[in-house]
Amino acid sequence: MNPVVASITYRAMLGRKRVWLLALLPVALLAIAVLLRLVGGGDESTAVTVLETFAIGAMLPLLGLIAGTGVIAPEIEDGTIIHLLSKPISRPVITTTKFAVAATLLVLFSAIPTFLAGYILIGTEAGVSASFALGALFGSIAYAGVFLLIGVVTRHAVTVGVIYALVWEGLIGRYVPGARKFSIQQWAQSIADQYSASPFVKSDVPLSFAVPAMIIVTVGAVLWAGQRLRSLSLTGDE
Amino acid sequence: MSVLELTQVSRWYGNVVAVNDVTMTIGPGVTGLLGPNGAGKSTLLHMMAGFLAPSGGTALLDGRPIWRNHPVYRTIGLVPEREGVYGFLTGWQFVRSAARLHGLPDEAAARALDLVEMTPAKDRRIETYSKGMRQRVKVAGALVHDPQVLLLDEPFNGMDPRQRLHLMDLVRELGAAGRTILFSSHILEEVERVAQQIEVLVAGRHAASGDYREIRRRMTDRPHLFRVRSSNDRRLAAALIADPCSGGVSLTPEGLEVRTEDYRRFTGLLPRLARDLDVHLWQVSPTDEDLESVFSYLSGRS
Repeated sequence: MNPVVASITYRAMLGRKRVWLLALLPVALLAIAVLLRLVGGGDESTAVTVLETFAIGAMLPLLGLIAGTGVIAPEIEDGTIIHLLSKPISRPVITTTKFAVAATLLVLFSAIPTFLAGYILIGTEAGVSASFALGALFGSIAYAGVFLLIGVVTRHAVTVGVIYALVWEGLIGRYVPGARKFSIQQWAQSIADQYSASPFVKSDVPLSFAVPAMIIVTVGAVLWAGQRLRSLSLTGDE
Repeated sequence: MSVLELTQVSRWYGNVVAVNDVTMTIGPGVTGLLGPNGAGKSTLLHMMAGFLAPSGGTALLDGRPIWRNHPVYRTIGLVPEREGVYGFLTGWQFVRSAARLHGLPDEAAARALDLVEMTPAKDRRIETYSKGMRQRVKVAGALVHDPQVLLLDEPFNGMDPRQRLHLMDLVRELGAAGRTILFSSHILEEVERVAQQIEVLVAGRHAASGDYREIRRRMTDRPHLFRVRSSNDRRLAAALIADPCSGGVSLTPEGLEVRTEDYRRFTGLLPRLARDLDVHLWQVSPTDEDLESVFSYLSGRS
């Protein structure tokens, strides 16, 4: 971890308009929760549906994409990364720090709002809010690692990320049960299922697979990103 | 004292060869890397700075490879051509972050900002800076650890004349103090003013190497082609062909085309002849004075 790298990255992510990119979805989630609560839709099954489809199914991967790629891809794109790379700090330290920044931002903008939305809807009933927040927390960390890696590996990080999140996890994962095994979203869902007492929460991937998979993918992605940054080629305008 | 050593370095992108079998040693003092745009100067500089792996050959700093070796940045300071600065930081925050990334106290940042005369504007955001100011802040960021080696990619681009002179002085002073400095440029006059040693790169090849007098002589001692329009072309042509410095004179509808082997003599002769013959000169223009042709002549000869 390097505090200078972290502070520059936080400033880049949270500066002025950029913060709205991260805040928009959680604000929408909370607004939906408040609205449902006001019209009297605050029952367990509705809460689970909202958290499952919106919080874990849409907000988590999209924020993961914004934060995970956002901590590094724009800097590689516009060449500002050269400021960090031309210093005597190891490249894996840079990627690990950026991973930590992305993960903490995701906890702040995804896991915590997930808990709050659940709490607004049904309080602490059946442990739904806490278990989805826990799922979102671990999902955040895994997404941060994977999208950071994509941000280092390809100049088309956002495109690749959208294809993974929407096409693989969203579309293929919906119709092909086998694909769900390799979906961060489903792993987060498994964790939520495990710790909630609600009969409405279901998951397809056993926890015994989801947790090790999550750890291996996250650690592997962060390590690989560090190695890729070591051999990052920056070309001039020629 | 640090030495950069390139041995038979090549770099290609797919089928395109950007740098072709370059061998050069850059020692203490100021070296100018001169070449037209697209000659591979940036590619070469990136390999010296550890941002690009040579496709062939070796790039060493004091005997150690530069590629994938981050401790070299204790020795190297780099001023890239691309912006490479965070617009949302102030000049002070940017240079201070460079100091802290080197594990140095804030005084180092203050000193570097002072060196490039950016102290008065240090609390403004970089995005409000002019191009020359950004350039100077980048130089401050690269000088913060007082590096033995300083690499600058087209450092004088976008600077106003006063800033340019100031940075040139700074570069010269650092060179005189024994630092190893390499800067790239496509402008001969710029290189001439600052560098003792000049390396010329043309189309990815190391075309010439020497001090500026040597390079200047090679650039002027070559056949020049001039177009001359006057009140009496024929009369002027007859007088010109009589002098040994003209290699050939032809009459064209657009005026005279004069080829000369001796630039100095010809440029002295022409006005004198015109005065003696009472011919008015309307236009005298070199037709092959652009850098590309100068460079291609140089690379063709060496």
